[in-house]
Amino acid sequence: MAEKKKQLDRRWIFLTIFLGVALPLILKIGLPISVSENVRNVYELVENTPPDSKVILSFDYDPASKPELHPMARAVVKQCFQKNLKIIFTALWPMGVQMASDIVDQLKDEFPNLKYGENYVNLGYKAGGMVTIQAMGRNLRAIFPQDMNGTSIDELPIMNGVNNFETIAFVISFSAGDPGIKQWVQVAHDTYKLKTSGGVTGVSAPAILPYVNEQKQLTGLIAGLKGAAEYEKLIRTLGTATSGMDAQSLAHLIIIVFILTANINFWIAKKKEKKK
Amino acid sequence: MVHFFNILGIWLGAYFTLAIFSFLYKDNPFYKVAEQIFVGLSAGYWFIYTIYSILIPNLFNPLKADFGANWIKLVPAVLGVMMLLRLLPKGNWISRYPIAFSIGTTSGLAFMKFVKSDVIKQLTATMINPFAAGNWIDVIGQILLVVGTITGVIYFYFSKKHEGAFGTTAKIGIYFLMVSFGAAFGYTAMARISLLIGRLQFLLGDWLGIIPH
Repeated sequence: MAEKKKQLDRRWIFLTIFLGVALPLILKIGLPISVSENVRNVYELVENTPPDSKVILSFDYDPASKPELHPMARAVVKQCFQKNLKIIFTALWPMGVQMASDIVDQLKDEFPNLKYGENYVNLGYKAGGMVTIQAMGRNLRAIFPQDMNGTSIDELPIMNGVNNFETIAFVISFSAGDPGIKQWVQVAHDTYKLKTSGGVTGVSAPAILPYVNEQKQLTGLIAGLKGAAEYEKLIRTLGTATSGMDAQSLAHLIIIVFILTANINFWIAKKKEKKK
Repeated sequence: MVHFFNILGIWLGAYFTLAIFSFLYKDNPFYKVAEQIFVGLSAGYWFIYTIYSILIPNLFNPLKADFGANWIKLVPAVLGVMMLLRLLPKGNWISRYPIAFSIGTTSGLAFMKFVKSDVIKQLTATMINPFAAGNWIDVIGQILLVVGTITGVIYFYFSKKHEGAFGTTAKIGIYFLMVSFGAAFGYTAMARISLLIGRLQFLLGDWLGIIPH
């Protein structure tokens, strides 16, 4: 009972975190954002790809991970359109199809000349994860005979000559888990030698970061909201990730203060107990 | 009409967000109703989504278009039906066959990929000359990579007692593991705060219009 009395009611922690996140969103602080090498590598992969190249962007997430992955996906899609790359959208997660469509809708005003079927296509969702990617590497047309609207890919100019990964410049997966970026690395890169990159949620970043290595299994990685904010900085667009970083930093500071306070209290209590 | 439904969607989204957040204060009927509506809607949505985005395009449409060329698709369809027999008290043993088939196939397919990508490629990426890096920060980083990998692996070698030089090496491995757990915790905290930021951007931007969205 005495132990419990010493503990702070956790609702105060929730309230402090809530205010620590809400206030910087309203009153912008503008803390600096530094770009990491991993994020710059993804940016340079897109930047150095010749115009009119065909690329695959795989939307392997759903609305549960939207706050983290949507801003980075929007930034990458925007850069691809700026560079005149032809985007083939796919999804290993069912709701990924809508996520890709939502981003294209958001960017339509900025790129009014974009034509569906010429500049981009949404092939939709396909179940199977690793098996689907493997089959795409053998014969993409057999796996995706139609786009998400049911139009035959033979009628879509962007799909001319696309039979497997040979004509694809790179693949970027926005991944919230399994199936996702891991399967793209294992099959697209390690089996078919296709340049592979991506963006992941903060939770899965530690498990995916080892693929950014000397073997270049991944060419860079955008990790969490911080990575998305770095990418927005690189393409000079102030998006939701950038505006969220003040809140992110302040919330982290609050968490650190709570951890330090709790540990100091614990240490003092232990010392007092020893004296007794 | 579209505008009306957009506004209705935003208000419903705001209501359910606040109802779910109310659990942080204490359990209450608003939270319970929101939770149950979420679970029910999700189940219904996924049921319909599975029919329209998996069964119809991958099974029914190909069979209807050209049964002779696509009859093989009946095999996974039958396996799927067998899996559903788990719901029958007397026939639930039948579901073990498709489960065994899918686990066996997945293991077989994934095994070689994992060996190549997660063992051979990862080992190769660690077998580097740390001093070949361009600048001293990279050299330190690569030395840490090599030392961390070796000591970490040694910690998980339990066939020899952790004492003497071997024990010291294993202890160094523990420190590397602790640092990696700390980094994982940091990333997890960032991810959870990001979700809160996303919800607050919705509430303050889309709903209340206090911040630009």
